[in-house]
Amino acid sequence: METLIFFLFAALALGSGITVVVHRSPIYATLSLVLTLFSMAVLFVLLGAPFVGALQILVYAGAIVVLFLFVIMLLNVQQEESAPARRSAQLVTAILGAIVFLGMFWLAFWRTGLRVGAAPAPPKLTEELVSLKGLAGALFTDYLLPFEIVGLLLLVAVIGATVAARRPGSESSRPEDDYVSGDEPRTDPLLSGPDPRRPSVAEPAYKEAHS
Amino acid sequence: MNPDLIAVLVKYAVMFAVFINVAPIMVWVERRGAGLIQDRPGPNRVGPFGLFQPLADALKFMFKEDVTPILVDKPLYLLAPVLALMPAFTTLVLIPFGPEITVGGRTIPLVVTNADTGALLFLAISSLGVYSLVMAGYASNNKFSLLGSIRASAQLISYELALTISVLAVLIPVNSFRLTDVVAYQQAHLWNCIPQVLGCLVFLIAAFAETNRLPFDLPEAESELIAGFHTEYGAMRFALFFQGEYSNMAALSALGATLFFGGWSLPFIHYPHNWLGAVLGLLTLVAKIAIAMAVFVWVRWTFPRFRYDQLMRLGWKFLLPLSIVNLILVAAMTLAGWLGK
Repeated sequence: METLIFFLFAALALGSGITVVVHRSPIYATLSLVLTLFSMAVLFVLLGAPFVGALQILVYAGAIVVLFLFVIMLLNVQQEESAPARRSAQLVTAILGAIVFLGMFWLAFWRTGLRVGAAPAPPKLTEELVSLKGLAGALFTDYLLPFEIVGLLLLVAVIGATVAARRPGSESSRPEDDYVSGDEPRTDPLLSGPDPRRPSVAEPAYKEAHS
Repeated sequence: MNPDLIAVLVKYAVMFAVFINVAPIMVWVERRGAGLIQDRPGPNRVGPFGLFQPLADALKFMFKEDVTPILVDKPLYLLAPVLALMPAFTTLVLIPFGPEITVGGRTIPLVVTNADTGALLFLAISSLGVYSLVMAGYASNNKFSLLGSIRASAQLISYELALTISVLAVLIPVNSFRLTDVVAYQQAHLWNCIPQVLGCLVFLIAAFAETNRLPFDLPEAESELIAGFHTEYGAMRFALFFQGEYSNMAALSALGATLFFGGWSLPFIHYPHNWLGAVLGLLTLVAKIAIAMAVFVWVRWTFPRFRYDQLMRLGWKFLLPLSIVNLILVAAMTLAGWLGK
């Protein structure tokens, strides 16, 4: 049963992962990404890490990909944007990514000593190993430094995004203040009478209709 | 057949029966409630007190022509209403609805899955509900629908943070993610809504935003977006969105009742561990869900709709800091030993 579920969701993860890369519609690619993340979460649960699986759905599928969709729909990206000028940059990024991926792959095999067939059976999943307390204990004792560094990295990213999003020179983010520099009069229309620059309301027509 | 499997199926059937009946009952409660609040009769023609109105509505939905507008994105357009039902009918497996009962020598906890990551899994699955709205708006080939979807995605993310943090605060003194442990803790101590008033308030407000109810129904604001993401849906497909909205309200009400108001238990009363206890527990939970739904209706017909920038400001500048303050307060109170061991 578990093997069946594994193959089902592994195939789903791979298939939807390929769709993310090759589909021409950005919306479909993003929705496939959700499916990939969901299948990965199922695989995490099968590996005895239900907490990681739940977090995967909550953080990635439930929040981050929604932001992707938000941006795609806000910019109204209908089809693949063609950017021929940046093909070389894409190529370099792809090669770098492939090198990093192969490095991780190599590391995984090197760690197991290339004894894939004869690998020792993994430790039996116990209640202790799977439980949240075990994970929290490991995270806040043995792996405290990496944990704090990741936290710092996220903080830097947040500050960086805030700085990048601020337009230079604008101190306020309130939209109504943007009108100050425009040519709109800042007076109360009820007190200052009709604005001479605007066409007057067609009053005769109104009176005609009601007489 | 495996007796454990039978127990799970029976428990799911019970919860399913509760949740599937929420929408028809709420259609009547909502419209009669609106009438009561606005000093008008409401639907009162079909049956006594208009009680058969939901039946008439359902028949109307079934016999209406099923129109699919041209140039819609067909797969997403058809998938969206089905996905609207998914979160509520998945998360209901995590809600405990009674004490452990003994049937034929077996101890059965009255919750479909007593998952180790209970509360977190609930939030994870319910956070997927936004995809239904986003797909519907995108696939409809309609500007108003697309605007509704954009609003929905930004709104749900903003309020989910505050909601999640207010739930986390509940779990600190309980020392577990299991919702059954949350109920057991509240039986042994106080209902969480008393020491965690702030968290309860944040949860309540965020729940309105999460379920797209007035005063936060910006994704479907009918006065500006016609009906937002479901403008282009009619007949049974619209009914599915309708059912989805009420089921999600019921699911969040059940979560709120479990986290802050003792779940299926009542203070000072211990239900017996047999069939009677099961029935009483279920009735208590249903009563608490019903009270929460009545509050939803009451608020909807009392408050005007927020403006979109007000909504965002409330979420990020008021609710999120408040939920973090609540988290720190609860953590401090737990350390000081005021909230039980």
